[in-house]
Amino acid sequence: MRVLLIEDDQTVRNFVAKGLSEAGHLVEQAADGKQGLALACQDKFDVIILDRMLPGGVEGLHILETLRREGNLTPVLLLSALADVDEKVAGLKAGGDDYVSKPFSFSELQARLEALVRRNRNEAQPLTKLSVGDLEIDLLSRAVRRGGQKIDLQPREFRLLEFLMRHTGQVVTRTMLLEGVWDYHFDPQTNVIDVHISRLRQKIDKPFEHALVHTVRNAGYMLQE
Amino acid sequence: MTGPARFMQTILRKVRIQSVSLRFGLVYSVLFISSAILFLSFVWWGTIGLLEQRVRRSIALDAHALLTEWQRDGILGLENLINNRLAQDIDDNALYLLSAPDGKLLAGNLARWPVQLDPSLIWQTLPVLRDGQLDLAQIRVWTLQGNYLLLIGRDISERTQIQRMLTDTMLWTCLMIGLLAIGGGWVVRVLFRRIIHSINRTTLAITQGDMSRRIPVSGMGDELDDVALTINQMLDRITRLMDGVKQVSNSIAHDLRTPIARARAELEDASRSAKSEPALRAAIDKAAVNLDNVTGICEALLRIAQIESGTRRSAFAIFDLATILRDITELYEAVADEHDLKLLRDFPFHLPFWGDQAMFQQALANILDNAIKFSPSQGVISLSAHHIPPTSSAEHSQTGSIRITVADKGIGMNDADLARASERFFRAERARHTPGSGLGLALVQAIVELHGGILRLSHNNPGLAVTIDVPAIYDCPDKL
Repeated sequence: MRVLLIEDDQTVRNFVAKGLSEAGHLVEQAADGKQGLALACQDKFDVIILDRMLPGGVEGLHILETLRREGNLTPVLLLSALADVDEKVAGLKAGGDDYVSKPFSFSELQARLEALVRRNRNEAQPLTKLSVGDLEIDLLSRAVRRGGQKIDLQPREFRLLEFLMRHTGQVVTRTMLLEGVWDYHFDPQTNVIDVHISRLRQKIDKPFEHALVHTVRNAGYMLQE
Repeated sequence: MTGPARFMQTILRKVRIQSVSLRFGLVYSVLFISSAILFLSFVWWGTIGLLEQRVRRSIALDAHALLTEWQRDGILGLENLINNRLAQDIDDNALYLLSAPDGKLLAGNLARWPVQLDPSLIWQTLPVLRDGQLDLAQIRVWTLQGNYLLLIGRDISERTQIQRMLTDTMLWTCLMIGLLAIGGGWVVRVLFRRIIHSINRTTLAITQGDMSRRIPVSGMGDELDDVALTINQMLDRITRLMDGVKQVSNSIAHDLRTPIARARAELEDASRSAKSEPALRAAIDKAAVNLDNVTGICEALLRIAQIESGTRRSAFAIFDLATILRDITELYEAVADEHDLKLLRDFPFHLPFWGDQAMFQQALANILDNAIKFSPSQGVISLSAHHIPPTSSAEHSQTGSIRITVADKGIGMNDADLARASERFFRAERARHTPGSGLGLALVQAIVELHGGILRLSHNNPGLAVTIDVPAIYDCPDKL
């Protein structure tokens, strides 16, 4: 995918650009707000990574608002040292699609970027059924089957599985799961997510030959055939 | 506020006097002058009025006697009585005049009828001619049967003198009062300035960093001492708070340095002695975890500071605390299972509450984290919440309060630790070896206080009980 990276700090910019390029993405870089806005208007990108505090008189939120005003709906991931809840709300209100606060881990950023692009593509058709390999879930009847065998899940387990299935083939981080499944916007000290994933595995993976839920070291989990 | 005071204020506001001391001086002068003038006019009118009344009464008494004589003995008797009275007049101030219908003067000590006599007035004050000289007199004229005219009066030239003297005195007094007012005003101003300046000097010194300075107290126990004592107490409190901040910043420095130092050591060690790429990667990953700890501590500190500042109250809304409790128990039940612990729950289906939902999630998560962390396996953790109905003596008597209790059977704390557990960076000796930053309960404390509640830690014998008492609907604009 084509990514526009607007970030003034060279170390962070190189780090992100290198990581994304290695993952096979095409990255355009801008070091200040003016250049970033010009690039965002000229070209079509799959996603924009936008730092909030930028030199050159054009601030991150200003770029975002300008783009949205002109009808540009490219997903925007805000990347900022302003980690406050209110700042996050302000960023999302201005039209941002996700918010990652600095310092961040690359895997978190990458997982969120991919989720964002995927969401943008999927939004067109509402789904009623999801399937990965021989595992399928019905979003309306809330039924789960694997290899034709019915599996009973608690409501929260179902939502966890649904979230994983909507991000099939992508890494989802623990923070993403906390936000997406539990709507918790803080990180508990205890590894609550790991415990819930392990319970889910007991039900959907253990009785079967090969596992669908994979652990991605230093990043999170991935549902894959 | 009374009328004149308001008037004064309006004037002062219009004139815009910048100096408070000058304003006080002026107010003093104006008050002094106006009260003096009021007092003097009372004396003036009292004295003069009394004298005039006495003259009128004596004329009226005279008239009564003369008219009775006239009715008894006729005109001759009246003439005799007048002459008699004139002969006995020791004060030499009585005036009489009796005239016949044809205008002939029959008796009396006036040379002729006063020129300016106005028959329409009863009491008149005018100059009369007596013994060849004009004197001011108070007179009254009666018309008797048969058109005889009788004039009775009193020479009041003496009274006029008194009046003039009094007026003179008044004028001098006014002048002196004026001088006194200005002088007094000035003294008031100087005194006031001295007080203000003494406070000002001290506060200025403190502003410049000398926190040891205090405002001198005279020891007379007056209002100024009260102000000085209050300010000094305030300064003491500020000093204490600053010491606290210093202590916290020392802790921050220590608690941040530790993970940074670890990260640094790991990186340096790897750089110098790592034998293989996997070893290098492992060291770098460990360093990154330590740096994440630093970030976590920073975020927790900022969050506590932000919550303590009270600005987050704008995000308050009404929500069902029971839902939050259900969600959090559901989240942690799995973790408890994993640790071979039992998580018991006891709360009603609905608990309407006014506050910040996300904050309560975090507070409960922190407490449960701790409970799980410090419980031995096969332990029991109970999470209960219920509404305490309003009692007449309770502070939040309108809506009652909600009590949330998390009790574990873990290692607990000793009394000294209980008292300090919600301080920032405090970690009990027995908790030193477990992971954590010592900020969890401090954050809970800040959140509970923001919601107007109280956080209490107590022994659960064995273990720890954390109790949160929060007013059910606290500070809600609609009061539901």
